[in-house]
Amino acid sequence: MGFATALNEFLFGIYPYIALAVLLLGSLVRFDREPYTWKSDSSQLLRRHQMRLGSNLFHYGILVVVAGHFIGFLTPDWAIDWAIGPAQHELMAMLAGGVAGLIAIVGMSILIHRRLGDPRIRNNSRKWDIAVVLLLWLQLALGLLTVPFSAMHMSGSMFEVLVTYVKGIVTFQGGVAALLLGTPIIYRVHIFVGFTIFLISPFTRMIHIWSGVGSLAYLFRPYQLVRTRRHTS
Amino acid sequence: MKIRAQIAMVLNLDKCIGCHTCSVTCKNVWTSREGMEYAWFNNVETKPGIGYPKDWENQERWRGGWKRKANGRIVPRQGGRWAILANIFANPNLPEIDDYYEPFTFDYAYLHNAPELATSPVARPISLVSGETMDKIEWGPNWEEILGGEFARRSKDYNFEQVQKEIYGEFENTFMMYLPRLCEHCLNPSCVASCPSGSIYKREEDGIVLIDQDKCRGWRMCVSGCPYKKIYYNWNTGKAEKCIFCYPRIEVGQPTVCSETCVGRIRYLGVLLYDADGIERAASVEDPEDLYEAQLGLFLDPHDPRIQAEARAGGVPEAWIAAAEHSPTYKMAVEWRIAFPLHPEYRTLPMVWYVPPLSPIQARANAGAVDMAGRIPDVRSLRIPVRYLANLLTAGAEAPVVSALERLLAMRSFFRARQLGEPDDMAVLEEVGIGLAEVEEMHRYLAIANYEDRFVIPTTHREQAENAYELRGTCGFSFGNGCDAGELRPGLFGGAMGQRKLSPIRFGVE
Repeated sequence: MGFATALNEFLFGIYPYIALAVLLLGSLVRFDREPYTWKSDSSQLLRRHQMRLGSNLFHYGILVVVAGHFIGFLTPDWAIDWAIGPAQHELMAMLAGGVAGLIAIVGMSILIHRRLGDPRIRNNSRKWDIAVVLLLWLQLALGLLTVPFSAMHMSGSMFEVLVTYVKGIVTFQGGVAALLLGTPIIYRVHIFVGFTIFLISPFTRMIHIWSGVGSLAYLFRPYQLVRTRRHTS
Repeated sequence: MKIRAQIAMVLNLDKCIGCHTCSVTCKNVWTSREGMEYAWFNNVETKPGIGYPKDWENQERWRGGWKRKANGRIVPRQGGRWAILANIFANPNLPEIDDYYEPFTFDYAYLHNAPELATSPVARPISLVSGETMDKIEWGPNWEEILGGEFARRSKDYNFEQVQKEIYGEFENTFMMYLPRLCEHCLNPSCVASCPSGSIYKREEDGIVLIDQDKCRGWRMCVSGCPYKKIYYNWNTGKAEKCIFCYPRIEVGQPTVCSETCVGRIRYLGVLLYDADGIERAASVEDPEDLYEAQLGLFLDPHDPRIQAEARAGGVPEAWIAAAEHSPTYKMAVEWRIAFPLHPEYRTLPMVWYVPPLSPIQARANAGAVDMAGRIPDVRSLRIPVRYLANLLTAGAEAPVVSALERLLAMRSFFRARQLGEPDDMAVLEEVGIGLAEVEEMHRYLAIANYEDRFVIPTTHREQAENAYELRGTCGFSFGNGCDAGELRPGLFGGAMGQRKLSPIRFGVE
């Protein structure tokens, strides 16, 4: 096994599991041990300007992108094969993902401009806050760059390789990393940065994504909440 | 009927001298921290004025409180559950810090270090947020102090609705009053209803509304949800904070810091028993002018043995029932009807009530043409327009405010006569519908205002709810995760690796 193959095996066969393990355990530990640090860390109070446009574009865009990745990569074959073939599937992913990705990257660009350019926000940014927005921008750019590459493989064959790889990772099938050998480097960088984002999430403000999902419980609770100290047992 | 108890506050605005002792002591105890410099759990505003944050009473703009839908149900004015979640990425109704004021310090060192200059050196303000020099301080928790600023701006005060306000811009006709404001610890709090994390709650035992700091995720919907703008977003910790009604003091039977330190003795704290099952109905009555009466209807007579028995059965402790019988807030709000909720039209059923202030008689009345309503001056000839007070305290219903002002005037008239050795003027009491015993008690509570009459606070039996043995050696009250300060120490989850600059002042002088 050559160095390139070994590196490929580590980055795409082992690193994903390290990243996911750190994401899950790190989030759990932080939730349990440091609940006071668990927050979205909004800076809207300090500057309203650019927030509504930038934040809404980014968040709604990225929600569609993330949902698209989950649906596109993790839907079982039997649930989708009867409806569309891989080629149409790929076209859908390119169109929907491309548009949502563009919206998200425009929003993120506004937010980066706000974070770095506004003295109030800049002065109150942690290093991680800046690192996270830059990393997410990079990842969005990489994701958008895959679209023209996919356009060169409209048969859907490349798409199927990626789907097989992702499904292999989440179903713990060894050896799927080898599938990525020979794919355009842009896909592999996109995948690597993606798992890196998972890896650092528990140590950054990105833990608020969990809470965003949790806030859906708001739809089902009564408006008023009352707590009692009395023993109810 | 489900009986609950709440410690409610009444402020006698007639005696407020606007000294800000309450604000300063509160600030020293609770909000003298980074991220909360701009926040005043208690502030005193001069009315008329647009207040702090700017224009807070304009709910068309800030969309706080509740609104009643055509079908009679109430929803938060900023939107129902779906709308609130849809706005979670950028709250369109959130004030900016400049609407409160940008926190600042002064470059004091420059006064010492300045080189020889043609003019005296000046300590310029420096923003605590950006660290940059500020040109000008623009606003504060009482920017319109004692009619400060031009009338054109002050007259944007929402309470001028249906008042011919132009004449009050003239020096001869101007008027003012102080309005100390704090969290209302509402029966129907819209902050609780707006919180996507479910971190805000009302305590069943004493009605205090608190934010669970470990559960708050900083979605900041409560800031816009509260029509009184009494929830503050801590821009350093990323959590919302609010007045905690000094619950560590209340629990041991002590008054809140603002009440304890009030030099004018204007604050009263006492237990009110209320029917928790009636809250939604009372908050949903159609005509906003009926909201004051609807809320009064929730308060239960603590002297009624049946009410006492039901409260006991529902778990209200004996000491709380006894305290409710001697509650100064019950006397003022329910028995004498001289205290009113602040802006009941927000439908939050606030539990900090206000006795409206008397004010000097208009000049023309002094000149011999006093409009007398029987034995006391017509309250409509007082400098502060009745309509203005009604807009502030009863959603525009003037009759209850007139009745309260008349009772206050009658009490003064009665005791002035007694002071002068004249026979008791029973006729003036009859005119306003109060008896001899009542007026003597009113005088004792309002004029003498003894400490033990003002504050009737039963202790909370905390020892029944938690094991004191397990608390031994712990940190007691702290910010953060128990003994851990949570944010500021270096650590894996947001410390040394990504610490905020603790002191953002970069201003330097060669």
